[in-house]
Amino acid sequence: MPPKTAADPYKKIGPAKLLKIHANMVRARLLEERLIKMSKGGDGFFWIGGPGEEAFNTALGFQIKKGHGLEHDFLHFHYRSSAILLALGAKPINALRQMRSVAADPYSKGRSFAALAVMPEINLVPMSPTIETQYLTSIGTGIAQARAKTDAVTIVNGGDAGSAEGDFHSCLVWANRPALPLPILIIVTNNGYGISTAFSTQHGEVHISDWAKAFPEMPGKTVDGNDLLASWLAIEEALAYVRKNRRPYLLEAKASRLYGHSSSSGANRIPEADCIALFEDELTARGLAKKADLLKVWDAESEALAAAHAQVKTEPFPETESVWEDVFADGLPPSYPVKGGS
Amino acid sequence: MANMAQAIRMALHYGEQNLGVTEIFGEDVGPPLGGVFTATQGLSRAWNSPLDERGIVGAALGLAWAGQRPVAEIQFVDYIFNTIDMLKLCGNGLWSSGGKYKAPMVIMTPTGSGIHGSLYHSHSFDSIASKIHGLKVVCPSTPLDAYGLMIAAIKSDDPVLYLKPKALLRAKGEELIPGEPADEKLLHEMIDAPLGDRSKWKARWPKLTDYSVEIGKAKVSHPGTGLTLVTHGRMAPVCLDVARRFAADGRGSVEVLDLRSLIPYDWEGVKASVRKTGRVVFVNEETEITNFAEHLIRRLVDEMFYELKVRPRLLAAKATPGVPLSPGLEYFVQPQTAEVERAAAEALAEPA
Repeated sequence: MPPKTAADPYKKIGPAKLLKIHANMVRARLLEERLIKMSKGGDGFFWIGGPGEEAFNTALGFQIKKGHGLEHDFLHFHYRSSAILLALGAKPINALRQMRSVAADPYSKGRSFAALAVMPEINLVPMSPTIETQYLTSIGTGIAQARAKTDAVTIVNGGDAGSAEGDFHSCLVWANRPALPLPILIIVTNNGYGISTAFSTQHGEVHISDWAKAFPEMPGKTVDGNDLLASWLAIEEALAYVRKNRRPYLLEAKASRLYGHSSSSGANRIPEADCIALFEDELTARGLAKKADLLKVWDAESEALAAAHAQVKTEPFPETESVWEDVFADGLPPSYPVKGGS
Repeated sequence: MANMAQAIRMALHYGEQNLGVTEIFGEDVGPPLGGVFTATQGLSRAWNSPLDERGIVGAALGLAWAGQRPVAEIQFVDYIFNTIDMLKLCGNGLWSSGGKYKAPMVIMTPTGSGIHGSLYHSHSFDSIASKIHGLKVVCPSTPLDAYGLMIAAIKSDDPVLYLKPKALLRAKGEELIPGEPADEKLLHEMIDAPLGDRSKWKARWPKLTDYSVEIGKAKVSHPGTGLTLVTHGRMAPVCLDVARRFAADGRGSVEVLDLRSLIPYDWEGVKASVRKTGRVVFVNEETEITNFAEHLIRRLVDEMFYELKVRPRLLAAKATPGVPLSPGLEYFVQPQTAEVERAAAEALAEPA
């Protein structure tokens, strides 16, 4: 436990926000567990998500300059980002709708699988099942924001396995072009695995953030993503640098992967460090919360999710002809082939 | 008359002046070179990117999502193959987001054979591009269409893959571009960068005006009644030449339908022409196996079988792993004028 000094970051964040952070972490965990339950219970399909990353992702979500347009942060996220989205105001029921692929799924109209949100109102660009292409699209919003007079930045995240792809390295190169450095916070969440393959067996770099050493003006840092406070401070520092200097920052967060890769690997609980338990211990040890009150948060969020799930089960699936919507922005040409053959 | 590279350059200038194009980029796109085929010389918004095709497409898509209208270039279409899943993202973003994110962007790239470029400088991508649904694909064959299609592509709220037939980039047109000076030499002095030091050179642009070619609309470049040649890109002027010579020699009345857009394609235009002639040869320089025109032939058989007087034909490139260098080999692999003539003559001569 850090010392309770005047500079104690816990005091700086303040008890009210700390409890809000806690509630978001709990909501994200319970949402993921509900999605797993739906996937296993035949009430949806493939599950993938971010249980274990709630501390880092909530700390990130609460520090994003949220909104639409170049004056706000642009977000290029991968599929373990539910805690960020909830911190930004995403409604849990919409994730359930996407899991069940009902017509009311606001992210994809029943087309994409769970965890792939799209929210233009907060500059969240289309999330993709690909593990690394977001590092490329972040270049584009980064260019737009580098041209604009704003302190808004682009934020991109991905996993450790995806950092082997060229797209991650493309992002580093483009973000550090002397001709136009880009204001991008480049995040890698390192949970130590790509599906079943251990990072340590495939990567010789000590830290993924060490790639920053190739670019003299791009700081790189590795932080314990299971530690809410350390994550908060690292993100605060990184965002401040990017906002002010209009240059990239590479931040690696080591985090747990509490339910494995996805439903494909069983989605069963794995005994790794639990960031929520660690945070609750800190809150109670510091006298910022009572255990009983924290448990009430779990109960309330759980009830809300159960109610949302019950509602989603009553909602209709999409009409089949809706697949022809959104193929082109100006509509489907009358003679476009729609029969699927002869 | 302007050539196609000049026409594209003028359209891009019109785009940066009038249509909100703020980023024109790619490998060697900016000064001093202005593109390996000079299509971006003198543009105020053109800049050089890293040699990273996936990064180029990703940057364009991100810019489009940020509300811009970027035009990016892949230096040769042969280099685009490693961007296919990025092109898929361009094409499926609107659909996968339930209509929430449009991607108004243009990816332009020189395509096809005809400059003795051998492997990696001669390939076509038309058929693969047509499988990336949600992406619009256009391919002009004249400078005026190149100008109009580029302006239409910039205006489009969909991602557009703009294929530039590289063998035609230096070919001059038969029609003036709106605003183009009639004096070819004057145009050259105004907008072509000088050789040598270009650091102080600036283009003097003619007063260009808006001119769009509707995406999805084919053009009858030569009317006829006995046979339809459905074509696009490099093979379009070849087909036009054959049709004119057949008419002059009394060998038959050949209609040339220049598709101009592959996706969406002008199905009504194809049907109308074939309904008139009853005979059709599809001519393009893509390889034979799973050729884009095979889809059109299948659809013709489905929908117009009893209106066809003879079997529909395809004249395409031979399905070799690459386009070979030696001229004799290249001419053997890629369709040439004599083969178009032969295919047209056979289709005309076959008893109904």
